[in-house]
Amino acid sequence: MEHIPAPAIDFVSLAPALILSVFGMLVLFLDLFAGKNKNLLVFASLIGLVLAGVSAFAQSNLPVSSFGGAYIVDHLSVFFTLIFTFSSALTILLSIEYNPRNGIRAGEYYALILFCTVGMIVLSSATDLIMIFLGIEVVSICLYVLAGIKRDDVRSNEASLKYFLLGAFATGFLVYGMALLYGATGTTKLAGIADAIHSGQVNSDTILLLGSVLLIIGFGFKVASVPFHMWAPDVYEGSPSPVTAFMAVGPKAAALVAFYRVFATAIPEVGGSWDTLLMVVAVLTMVIGNLGAIVQTNIKRLLAYSSISHVGYLLIAIIARNSLGGSAIAFYMMAYAFMIFGTFGIVILLGEKDSENLEISNYAGLGVKQPAIALCMTIFMLSLGGMPPFAGFIAKFYILGAAVKEGYIILVVIAVLNSVVSLYYYLKIIVLMYMKESERELNLSITPITLAVVAIAVFGTIEMGLFPDPILQLTQQ
Amino acid sequence: MDGFVPLNHYLLLSATLFVIGVLGVLLRRNVIVVFMSVEIMLNAVNISLIAFDHYLNNSDGQVFSFMVMCVAAAEVSVGLAIIIAMFRNKPTVNLDEFNILKW
Repeated sequence: MEHIPAPAIDFVSLAPALILSVFGMLVLFLDLFAGKNKNLLVFASLIGLVLAGVSAFAQSNLPVSSFGGAYIVDHLSVFFTLIFTFSSALTILLSIEYNPRNGIRAGEYYALILFCTVGMIVLSSATDLIMIFLGIEVVSICLYVLAGIKRDDVRSNEASLKYFLLGAFATGFLVYGMALLYGATGTTKLAGIADAIHSGQVNSDTILLLGSVLLIIGFGFKVASVPFHMWAPDVYEGSPSPVTAFMAVGPKAAALVAFYRVFATAIPEVGGSWDTLLMVVAVLTMVIGNLGAIVQTNIKRLLAYSSISHVGYLLIAIIARNSLGGSAIAFYMMAYAFMIFGTFGIVILLGEKDSENLEISNYAGLGVKQPAIALCMTIFMLSLGGMPPFAGFIAKFYILGAAVKEGYIILVVIAVLNSVVSLYYYLKIIVLMYMKESERELNLSITPITLAVVAIAVFGTIEMGLFPDPILQLTQQ
Repeated sequence: MDGFVPLNHYLLLSATLFVIGVLGVLLRRNVIVVFMSVEIMLNAVNISLIAFDHYLNNSDGQVFSFMVMCVAAAEVSVGLAIIIAMFRNKPTVNLDEFNILKW
C-alpha cells in the first residue's frame, strides 16, 4: 500500500465554493428560526452568492491548481463561477414572489440552490474524472429535489421522478465510461490521460474508444442532447418555473464546461472517430430540438425544446475545440442566462393565483394590454432566435466563427439554417401577442421583484448585443 | 493467489452486470425494480474499477469506487424520498401510470 501524501491546496482560489457551502449550511440552520416568512433565508443566500461571485476574483495569478492537479482555477472557470452565482441569484429573486403564490414553503429550497451552485463551480474547475463525477452528482441530486419541491403537486412529483430515474441511469453510463477510460490509461487525471494517449501507452484501444462513447452518452444525457433529450420537456414542464430557468442555464453550462475539458484536453487525439459521432449528435440536436419546438403549445415545453436546440449550437463549439471554442461557450451561456431568466420572468408574471397560464394562447393580446411586457418578451424571443442587435446574435456569431476557423463549413451552414427554422416558433409568440385578440381577461399579478429581474435581463440582452467587447475580453483572457 | 483470475474475467462480469442493469431499467415497469437496476449498473462499474485498480497497481480506482458508493447512497436516499412523495399523491409504483406529462 503506497503512502498518500497530503495534497497542496490553494484556499483562495477555492473561496467561491467554500463560501457557498458555508452559506448553504447557514441557510439550513436559519430555517429553524425563520418560521413562515422566508425573507431572512433569501437575504442570507443572496449575500452568500454575491460574496462568492466577488471572491472568484480574489486569486489574481491564474491558473492555480489544487489537490494534486485535480482542481484547476483558470480564467474559464472564474468566468463560469460568475455565470453560476449570477444565475442562482436571479433564480432566488424570481422565487421570492413565485414561491408563496404557488405554495412552496420549504426553506431547503434556498439551501439546495446554493449547494447546487457549489457543484457547478466544482464541475467547471474539475480536471480529474473523480472530481467531474462528484461535481455532476452534487448538481444532479440537488436538481432532483428542486424539481419535485412542490410536494403536493402531482406534476412536480412526476417531473422529479422522471428526472431522477433517467439522471441516475445516465450516471451509470457516465461512470462506466470513466472507469473504462481509467482502465485504458491508468490514471483519472485529464492531463495524465492526454499524456498516455499521446505517448501511446494505452492498455487497450477498444476500451479507450468504448469509454469515450459511454462518456458521450453520459454527458449527452446531462446536457439534454438528442437522442438523450427525452427527459427535458417533461422535467421543464413539471418543475416550478424558477427551477426550470435555473436548470436551463447553470447545470447545463457546468456540464458543457466539463464536456469541453474532457474532450478538448484529455482525448483530443482519439480524434476523427468521436468527432464524427459528436457532429451527428450536434446536427440531430439542433434539428430535432427545433422541429419539436414548432409543435408545442405549452410555453415551458417550447422553451425546453428551444434549449435542446441551443445545446446543439454549443456542441459545435466543443467540436471546434480551439481556444475560441471555450470563450464562445462562456459568452453564449452568459447571453443565454439573460435571455432565459428574462423569458421565465415573464412566464412567472403571467401566472395567476390558481392558474399558471402556461399555454401559448394565453399570450394573445398581451401587446395591447401590457405593451411593456410584450416588448420585453419580443426582445427575448428575437434574441433567442439569434437576431441582431441582441446578445443571441453575437453569441451565435462567435460559436460559428470558432467552427469556421477549424473548417467545419457544413456544420455552420446547418446551424444557420436551423436558426432560421427556430425563428418560426419565436415569431409565432410575437405574432400572437400583437395580432390576436385575447380570449379571456388575464388577472395578472405584476410583482415588483420579478419585474426587476426582467428589466435586468432586458438590459443585459441589449448591452451584450451592442457592446459585447468587455464581456468578450473577460472570456478570452 | 494473485493473478490467477485474468483481468478479462472481471471485465466480462462487470459488463454483463451492467447490461442486466440497463435491460432492467428499459424493460421493467415497477419504479422500485427500475431503481434497483440502476444500482446494479453502479455496482457493475465498481467491479471494473477495483479490477483495473488491482491490475494497474495504483490506488485511484479504489478511491473512485468509494466515491461511487457514496454517491449511490445519496442517490438512494433522495430517490426513495421522491418515490414516497409521489406515492402519497398517487398510490402506484407502475411507471406507465405516471403519464400526466407526455413521457
